Amino acid sequence: MGAQDPNLDKKLYYWRVQQKKPRPPVIRNTLLAFTVGGLICVLGQAVLAFFQSLGMTAKEAAGPTASVMVFLGAFFTGLGWYDELGKFAGAGSVVPITGFANSIVSPAIEFKREGFVLGLGARMFSVAGPVLVYGTVTAVVVGIIYWLTKL
Amino acid sequence: MEYLLAFLVGGAICAVGQLLMDLTPLTPAHVLVLFVSLGAFLSGLGIYEKLVKIGGAGATIPLTGFGYSLVSGVFEEIDAKGAVGILSGVFKNTSMGIAAAIFFGFLMALFFNPKE
Repeated sequence: MGAQDPNLDKKLYYWRVQQKKPRPPVIRNTLLAFTVGGLICVLGQAVLAFFQSLGMTAKEAAGPTASVMVFLGAFFTGLGWYDELGKFAGAGSVVPITGFANSIVSPAIEFKREGFVLGLGARMFSVAGPVLVYGTVTAVVVGIIYWLTKL
Repeated sequence: MEYLLAFLVGGAICAVGQLLMDLTPLTPAHVLVLFVSLGAFLSGLGIYEKLVKIGGAGATIPLTGFGYSLVSGVFEEIDAKGAVGILSGVFKNTSMGIAAAIFFGFLMALFFNPKE
């Protein structure tokens, strides 16, 4: 047995791990994400229509709509319902702005015990922070290019 | 009709996010960062605006729409004030969402406690 390729065991092991590893049920997950994400957007459309019925344009109503959706995401995270939804909806609950609110409230509640400044205050942005950083950087770069093309 | 379009466009964006999470090593945090940047980039090319016209809230509620709001504010401010707008426009259309997220986030964390 001494002549055996020393890497063979590793390769075999890796192959067996790949075989045994549970594969995510991709089609089922994608359909669930599509349905739940789509329904959250339908709710958003209804909130948008409500603000438009008060006489706002679609553009003016966008901010208030985002705020209402953020409130709902934050509130249902507090109740513990949003994380239940996330267990089967996956990206359907993560990608909408309600999921952005969830990413803020969830660690804020979790780390409250570490104090109001370094726990709640700092951990609030563990996911929202990177989103703001990369969103802002991309927007500024796009803005610079737009400004240059206008010169 | 606009509700159906919101459902289809919003659902499709979320389905793309789910495929990225299942088929690549990207975590939900990575997907959110990718989507906000992608939304900002596509808005710069003028593509996302068309999607917003079709899908309404289906395009603005997913986080790609947050990227769109960032860039649309920057463009509006540049058109009005020139180079100053590159920075002053970033939070022009997003301030309500961000302020709401911070304030409501704080409030909820104050009132609710972690589940055991």
